[in-house]
Amino acid sequence: MSIFVGESTRLVVQGITGRDGSFHTRQMMEYGTPVVAGVTPGKGGQHFEGPDGKKVPIFNTVEDAVQKAGANTSVIYVPPAFAAGAVLEAAGAGIEFIVCITEGVPVQEMTRGLAYVRDRGSRLLGPNCPGIISPGKAKVGILPAQIVAPGPVGVISRSGTLTYEAVVQLTDAGIGQTTCIGIGGDPLIGTNFVDALEAFKEDPETEAIVMIGEIGGTDEQEAADWVKANLEIPVVGFIAGQTAPPGRRMGHAGAIISGSAGTAEEKIRSFEEAGIAVAKRPVEIAELMKDALGI
Amino acid sequence: MNIHEYQAKEVFRKAGIPVPPGGVAETPEQAEAIARELGGRVVVKAQVHSGGRGKAGGVKLASTPEEAKAHASAILGMDIKGLTVEKVLVTPAEEIATEAYVGCLVDRAAQSVTFMVSSEGGVDIEEVAHTTPEAIKKLTIDPRYGLLPHEAYWLASALYDDPPLVKQTARIISQLYDAFVMAGASMAEINPLITTPDGEVKAIDAKMSIDDSELFRRPDIAAFRDLSAEPISETKAREADLSYVKLDGNVGCCVNGAGLAMATMDLVKYYGGEPANFLDIGGSSSPEKVVAALEIITSDPNVKVILFNIFGGITRCDDVANGIVTAIKQIDIDVPIVIRLTGTNEDEGVRILEEAGMKAATSMDTVVEQAVALANQA
Repeated sequence: MSIFVGESTRLVVQGITGRDGSFHTRQMMEYGTPVVAGVTPGKGGQHFEGPDGKKVPIFNTVEDAVQKAGANTSVIYVPPAFAAGAVLEAAGAGIEFIVCITEGVPVQEMTRGLAYVRDRGSRLLGPNCPGIISPGKAKVGILPAQIVAPGPVGVISRSGTLTYEAVVQLTDAGIGQTTCIGIGGDPLIGTNFVDALEAFKEDPETEAIVMIGEIGGTDEQEAADWVKANLEIPVVGFIAGQTAPPGRRMGHAGAIISGSAGTAEEKIRSFEEAGIAVAKRPVEIAELMKDALGI
Repeated sequence: MNIHEYQAKEVFRKAGIPVPPGGVAETPEQAEAIARELGGRVVVKAQVHSGGRGKAGGVKLASTPEEAKAHASAILGMDIKGLTVEKVLVTPAEEIATEAYVGCLVDRAAQSVTFMVSSEGGVDIEEVAHTTPEAIKKLTIDPRYGLLPHEAYWLASALYDDPPLVKQTARIISQLYDAFVMAGASMAEINPLITTPDGEVKAIDAKMSIDDSELFRRPDIAAFRDLSAEPISETKAREADLSYVKLDGNVGCCVNGAGLAMATMDLVKYYGGEPANFLDIGGSSSPEKVVAALEIITSDPNVKVILFNIFGGITRCDDVANGIVTAIKQIDIDVPIVIRLTGTNEDEGVRILEEAGMKAATSMDTVVEQAVALANQA
């Protein structure tokens, strides 16, 4: 099994005709993800040319993509100024699972956007995230497909390339994944560690979890408390940013130590107190996971 | 992006918040002239992106224009927590009856904007939150509605009993929220908000941080950026669309992705080195970006070795390799470069490097260890 995406995914790509949108749509289709529609306002009625001559209908609105093509999942590759609007449109059209790849979405717009998504009963992943991949089933976003393999481990991460680092090590060590999720590097995100952990807990095929966090906020600490209280399967963790100075944004908008809060040390401590095996270096993630799985 | 007190006060004034007048001076003479025009006692305040200005001696009371000049002369050029004071704000000294704290910020846990007020004003709010959390009243607003009038009134009532003071403060709290929205802020605070013996409520200090993602559509706010408050290398990096933070070590780091860049810095430290910088060249990196990154890293005289850590996803290894080869031809690099290149188009990237007489490894630990050893030898 997998979480959030899988056999029933019917994907609409918002911003399908843009540079990033078209490139990644082809990659997702090559992986076998059912892309049923694209949305670019003003280009409704046209078609997107996918690999092997496959054609994807383009609509002006997400509403049309839902009504006419049966889309239930959306991925957003539109510029920052329009990304929050795209999230609202998807939720308004009844999309169940929305993935926002775009980086640089104004945070104040997200406060309202997240409330709307919740009110509509949708789930948002991101913004500023690499998306989600269920090896062998579906890929929604930009995670490189060649490094994943099906297997028993769920991966949750705030970072993109650091996730690749961890996943490639797991795969090389013969440990596959149920689903890999990049939850995003922004201060306000739709799906946090606890949300992803809850979903993995319900997935019988997920036997262990990798959690990759970083400085900023308290999401990791809350996740550690949740793991301690609710989870019986092993968790391996890693926290980036031990050498980051306070008060400076380290690339991700959310990766900032505010005052004395959100340091790597306090996150590592909460992980350890919750019985999470913490890797000191990325290369130890696969080693610790081998121990956890007894292989 | 942090903005200065005098800039935040401009935003506050536009929102209607009562803020005392004042002027910004870059020389002692200008400070004297502003003090003379204002008349009476004035306060000379260092304009730097740092808290604790008072403790550092960056805030001084002056009874005469001559004294204001003398204070400005002492404060301008002063070093406060590593930042040089380039400007002072000269503003009238207010009669203070009481001091309070009023602030709002993007609350990550609540996924909304949270207001905080405390009758313990004029002190570090983090300190108050730590020692006497019960002295702070909090209210998280519903982003569907914004701050509602009765909520502003409730917050103001937590500070004062006297109805005219409550009324004025409630208005200021609403105006602070307007300023916060108008500027695209992630934090805005008035510390202290004062009452005068005549029963007036005023903001005598102002602090604001702006969400970087808002700047593209707010040119007036973007113009507040103070280039003197950051190293030249950081300005250049922003112009080249690179995410860069200068640090004090000697291992120059060039990485794709923020998380991997932080993990690389941590690994440098793990192997006994010190990172010279954080640098994320971002996704879909063109060779030009790599050249810009190398120019910025090599402009730091502390750098003894350059470490590339590239895990190609969207970023293509051949683009990065082409960038490195081009940069070496264009700029004079006299420190060793160690490269880790893996992922998308790895073979092509490695071939490009080898043709130029360079090597690449696939393991992150190998190159970091090697880079630290080279830096420590130098």
